[in-house]
Amino acid sequence: MAQVSNEETSSHPQSIKLPAAIEIFANLKNAQKFAIDIGLSLTKIAYYSTVRYRKALYKGVDSQSNEDFPAENSYQVSEGNRLHFVKFETRHIESCLDFVKENLVNVERFQGTSIQVTGGGAYKYKKLLQDKLGTEVDKKDEICCLIKGCNFLLKNIPGEAFEYERHANPEYKFHKASPNIFPYLLVNIGSGVSILKVESEQEFERVGGTATGGGTFWGLGSLLTQAKGFDELLQLAEKGDHRNIDMLVKDIYGGDYSSQGLSGDLIASSFGKAVFNSQDPSGNKNYSEADIVRSLLFLISNDIGQIASLYASMHNMNKVYFGGYFLRNHPLSMHSISYAIKYWTKGQVKPLFLRHEGYLGAIGAFLYGAQPESEKGSWLENFAGSSGLKSNTRSAQLGIQIDQLEIDQAENAVAFCPLLIDPATYNPDTTDLSQDKEARDYWLNCFEESVDKFIARAIYSQPQSPTAKDRASKLKEKYISRLHYLHEQPFGYGTLTVRTLLDTIEHCMKEFDFPDPYLLQKKQENEEALKHLKKRLEVIDNLEGSEKIEELIKGVLTGNIFDWGAQEVALLMETTNFLFEDAQKKIPERPWLQDCLDNWIKRLQEEPPHRCAAVFIDNSGVDIILGILPFVRDLLQRGTKVILCANSMPALNDVTYPELQVILKDAAKVCDIIKYALNENRLMAMETAQAGPCLDLSRLNLDLCVAMIKQNVDLIVIEGMGRTLHTNLYARVKCECLKLAVVKNRWLAKRLGGDMYAVICKYERELSKTDNQNMAKTKDICDCNQLKKNTNDSSAQVPTSTSTVMSKTIYLS
Amino acid sequence: MRPQNCENYIYEEIMASNGYPDVAPVSNKQSKKNSPPCESGNSMPWFGMDIGGTLTKLVYFEPKYITKDEADAEVETLKNIRQYLTKNSAYGKTGHRDAHLQMDDVCIRGRRGTLHFIRFPTSEMGNFLALAKAKGMATLVTTVCATGGGAYKFEENFNQEVNLSLAKFDELDSLIRGMLYIDATNPHECYYWSEPTDESKCQKVPYDFSKPYPFLLVNIGSGVSILAVQGPNDYRRISGTSLGGGTFLGLCCLLTGCNSFEEAIELATSGDSTRVDKLVKDIYGGDYSRFGLPGDLVASSLNDVCSFGQMNSKDRRNTVSREDLARATLVTITNNIGSITRMCALNEKIERVVFVGNFLRVNPISMKLLASAMDYWSKGTLKALFLEHEGYFGAVGCLLQFTGNSNQR
Repeated sequence: MAQVSNEETSSHPQSIKLPAAIEIFANLKNAQKFAIDIGLSLTKIAYYSTVRYRKALYKGVDSQSNEDFPAENSYQVSEGNRLHFVKFETRHIESCLDFVKENLVNVERFQGTSIQVTGGGAYKYKKLLQDKLGTEVDKKDEICCLIKGCNFLLKNIPGEAFEYERHANPEYKFHKASPNIFPYLLVNIGSGVSILKVESEQEFERVGGTATGGGTFWGLGSLLTQAKGFDELLQLAEKGDHRNIDMLVKDIYGGDYSSQGLSGDLIASSFGKAVFNSQDPSGNKNYSEADIVRSLLFLISNDIGQIASLYASMHNMNKVYFGGYFLRNHPLSMHSISYAIKYWTKGQVKPLFLRHEGYLGAIGAFLYGAQPESEKGSWLENFAGSSGLKSNTRSAQLGIQIDQLEIDQAENAVAFCPLLIDPATYNPDTTDLSQDKEARDYWLNCFEESVDKFIARAIYSQPQSPTAKDRASKLKEKYISRLHYLHEQPFGYGTLTVRTLLDTIEHCMKEFDFPDPYLLQKKQENEEALKHLKKRLEVIDNLEGSEKIEELIKGVLTGNIFDWGAQEVALLMETTNFLFEDAQKKIPERPWLQDCLDNWIKRLQEEPPHRCAAVFIDNSGVDIILGILPFVRDLLQRGTKVILCANSMPALNDVTYPELQVILKDAAKVCDIIKYALNENRLMAMETAQAGPCLDLSRLNLDLCVAMIKQNVDLIVIEGMGRTLHTNLYARVKCECLKLAVVKNRWLAKRLGGDMYAVICKYERELSKTDNQNMAKTKDICDCNQLKKNTNDSSAQVPTSTSTVMSKTIYLS
Repeated sequence: MRPQNCENYIYEEIMASNGYPDVAPVSNKQSKKNSPPCESGNSMPWFGMDIGGTLTKLVYFEPKYITKDEADAEVETLKNIRQYLTKNSAYGKTGHRDAHLQMDDVCIRGRRGTLHFIRFPTSEMGNFLALAKAKGMATLVTTVCATGGGAYKFEENFNQEVNLSLAKFDELDSLIRGMLYIDATNPHECYYWSEPTDESKCQKVPYDFSKPYPFLLVNIGSGVSILAVQGPNDYRRISGTSLGGGTFLGLCCLLTGCNSFEEAIELATSGDSTRVDKLVKDIYGGDYSRFGLPGDLVASSLNDVCSFGQMNSKDRRNTVSREDLARATLVTITNNIGSITRMCALNEKIERVVFVGNFLRVNPISMKLLASAMDYWSKGTLKALFLEHEGYFGAVGCLLQFTGNSNQR
């Protein structure tokens, strides 16, 4: 027991030291709107603030700028909106309010406005709030706030909800954002317990509750032990053994009560042994305070689990979310509640927890006071500014423990890609790194090794800024500490994936004011590649039939090698004069690792052209201009409309939407087909609302989704490692889909059973209605059977088809 | 993280024990192969024993008329035992005979006689066995009928220390048989509390339970079992909770230093739980009207208290009495049982709930709370019923099975 406890505590550190690079109450001075949730033990302040950041301006080749470096005027200052939440212990409320007051600009502007307040302390601290902030206090009902906050998180924050199973791998099973979150039961475990049935944004009711909640644990715990405060009680519970206090079935039966199927280890009577112990004439206590608290914790959480189960079956609900201060994502309590729910409902009901459960009330209160426009667009968790699970930050300014959540508002509304077969089960990510230790270790190390490159690039992009070096070193410190945190707590920010690691870099870059480190690089490469476009088109036009189609695909693959995100290639590009022709030689002989080229050729030759293709593009320069554009031009020539889909925000050297517009304009000067197609709207550029090098089809720009429906898109082309390998490898869409990428990471290529520069050319047919039902669940139904002999350990895998091998390898990996 | 780590494996087992096993509760019908065949019911004395987690209940049948043969044969030992049991009402420090529950002139297996109801803490089992040995039990009978977990746990002790074998019966089977028998035999067995919320008007009212099915049977011993009973041999254990009488007593002992159930109840009787619990007014300062809450939310929140909610404050802890703490513990445990029961009844669509078990002994506070909880939440459709012989049905059922079904086992 003792050993286990040690392991428990070591894997569950109370706080992780974070560098000073973390700002507390960030962006406070421009705060627009406040809301506060004052709980009995924790207070959460929410505020909405504009964040000023520089946005790189992309100027076309026809602009007059000839500088070697982008001047300051290459940026425009842009304003974004961000929701900030700060959580701290209620006993520090006064100093926190003072801090807020001191740091607000023009605190007078809040005179006469109101602040939304909720929570059990709303009454008690009303006057303090009015005095400190000079605003009216607008009290909001706790339950309404909780539900509004819960709906907001479930809709906007991917991986918000999770199942918890202690000692399972993974312990945390995060749920994807789902297109429909209703109905559900929300069990809020505050002092008492409220059970809320939520059927839609407007329809909800409190269906019941119990008086045995967090306050009972706290109150009884305080009476029965010397522990000071709630957290100490929880820590004590970790060390205890409830079997010294509780009467188990085997204490009564000597074993199981088998006729009723009750195992001997079940608790028959909570605290049932305390009777005898306290009467022990010899005065020896056979139990410790820790035992008492653990037993108490089990008593409360089992009871809540049971009562929640009864309400769930009474109301026919299969999802139950738990929130409230009792849990605080404490593993023992979550385990106990989960166990009770699964036991009592025989697995019919899913017990779910929320990463940001502490913020429900504050989010809800904020939304009640917010202007309608603040609900527009879409929201995204900012990985740079938010604390992970179980990672408190110690504020240098205030000297107290705090926890933060920052959510960015994006201009674009997002939606699930309309062509996804089953949006509810869509999972963008190929590998769950929290589950796969080997891959996790590799990628965390890989990102840590390459951080210097990113930093160097960031500094290089702002030669005239005196603060660039300082900001870059803070950025590095923060990112590395984040990677170290994720080594310890892989589940800290939801499902850990290559995508979230890449997104975190982008968030950090933006946080430290490096909006687009590759801006110049991209521009130069685009200009250079454009010079070769005409020649490339001539080469292609000299070919015919299948040869031409093959050359176009190879062109896309060749172009895809030019990726600054890939360490090895970046080195090549930096140190040599790496040209399109050099890259062509890197493309391996067929058959490729995944090779559906013949099927693709057959499709193009034997069937009528596609109506419209949506092409998700990757890198700037050679990739977009010499790879993608000739391919697109061919589609246009066949009579297919094309929507080119580019990132909304910069990420590495990926093409952004504004850049794409310039590129197309320039290409139109070289190629009439592109020119006419642009004029006739047969070739369209659109933005994806994505801000990282991967592609999450559950958060696609709403306008793009609408266009995909309107244009009857019947072919989706996805290019590049980030979009087809780290994400979407197994994504199934209703229409035809072509996924093209070159694996530019030696480790990953090996893992997939190939070598460096292994080629993924995956072509999936549209699904008929019956397929739809049968196939939606299978991982990979690419219909090509070509097989590249596995050079490394062919004996280990004797595959029947490449696709099964690949899916297995990657799925297990 | 892997099973080969023995420590962790054990740990998982332990963890599992705080919840419940994966096995679903099974119907009782085919699970009774745990009793050895009983000897003929003729040998006296007739006992039924229910060995629970906290209390052992012993029912003793004293025949009214002894046949001449029997009288001749009644050895000194048996006479001693009969006299020891029937002439005393306390045995040692902890054994008690509930004389007020005694049932005269009952008929069991064709014999008329008196049922005596005796209880002692299961922790005194050692002393009981020593006594049984000293009284020479084993010279009279070779088998004693027993139910409850202790029938399994102490079987070895009975064998080795007194040379008695146990005929074991399932405790839930016994409970239902005993309950049906006593209710049919004793005209005033079943009752309810009228107007349970009004102390001045509240009283016990007899209830005719002759057509009982279906009903919910809630047995509150150390822990709680909830059974849905559709017929004499048709029942299911639908739920249960580990927060039962043992929890009340255990917590009370820790909180107040009391030494017995009776003392705990006595303390609770003069205590005030509102000095311990948190009421809605404690949170909102009684100011709900200006809160602008939707009406139904207010209504439901008003009942929402947090048990022991004031006790996180050191000042409050210093001002509460032992009595207050005992009362709060009693109210917490009782209300919890009430709300679980109510939901089970709703889910099973059953309208009558019979509460039994020794937790209710000398405990009108809990009975009235349970009664008003059923009344209030169901708006009168749910009926809480109680039985005079609260905790003895298992022992009685066991005794009945011994005499009645001896050849089937």
